[in-house]
Amino acid sequence: MLENYIPLIVVLGFAVVFAVAVVASSKLFGPQRPTKVKMSPYESGMKPIGSTEERVSVKYYVVAMLFIIFDLEVIFVYPWAVKFISLFKEIGISVFVSMFIFLVVFELGFLYAYKKGGFRWD
Amino acid sequence: MGLEAKLMNDGFITTTIDAIVGWARESSVWPMPMGISCCGIEMMAVGGPKYDIARFGSEVMRFTPRQCDLMIVAGTVTYKMSHVVRKIYDQMPDPKWVIAMGVCTSTGGMYRSYPVVQGIDQFLPVDLYLAGCPPRPDNLLNALMLIQDKIKNTKAREFQDIPLLEPVKVNGN
Repeated sequence: MLENYIPLIVVLGFAVVFAVAVVASSKLFGPQRPTKVKMSPYESGMKPIGSTEERVSVKYYVVAMLFIIFDLEVIFVYPWAVKFISLFKEIGISVFVSMFIFLVVFELGFLYAYKKGGFRWD
Repeated sequence: MGLEAKLMNDGFITTTIDAIVGWARESSVWPMPMGISCCGIEMMAVGGPKYDIARFGSEVMRFTPRQCDLMIVAGTVTYKMSHVVRKIYDQMPDPKWVIAMGVCTSTGGMYRSYPVVQGIDQFLPVDLYLAGCPPRPDNLLNALMLIQDKIKNTKAREFQDIPLLEPVKVNGN
């Protein structure tokens, strides 16, 4: 069973050995004349300005978290809406009231995020 | 026609390292296009299908110095730009060659004025000066062929003996 894979292992082994050998031999035998200018980053000949490790403000995570509000809302509201008529006949007005309370709690969170400026991008 | 026709009888060839490295290098000269001004347009024409620099193995114009062998300085080099040209030349790996394309690059040309470097040989080791204002594309191809001849006759490890260029100041700039 496993003998069938021997050619594959040989090919993989050869690929790894060849790749490592090529890179290593180029490092070992290739002439290298590094200078400070040659090793500096290429910025079309200009002086590189600033660091590449700048701090980037992450705005998207607020949007992603706000999405969870609507996502959860939709998850609960859809089945409720599909089954609403039969549930209303069975239980009565409390079906509507309980979902309303649930939505109000969610909208409070939504309003809080809006007041905090969660939708302002800049 | 090609190599296989020559090898049909014998099946093998002998050569020297210098010959085969030179042949490989001259057949794959990758230019660094420093298209600074109007000569750059002619250089672009060389890359197009009519003049077709690909016949010489030089169609891979790299816009990074890391992969280039030949710098084609095409255009008027001002003192401000000379630092850029020199830095990009310094960032190219050895061995490397330079074509000064057009009279502005070679001598300053008609710009006999204070902002223009009067010939890039003041800060670069130029291998070939190409006359014309601007030179025709076939003229640049001729220059490339001359450079190829020079590369073919360069020994494989010759560049290692060449000392690295010292920083220069051109007219105090």
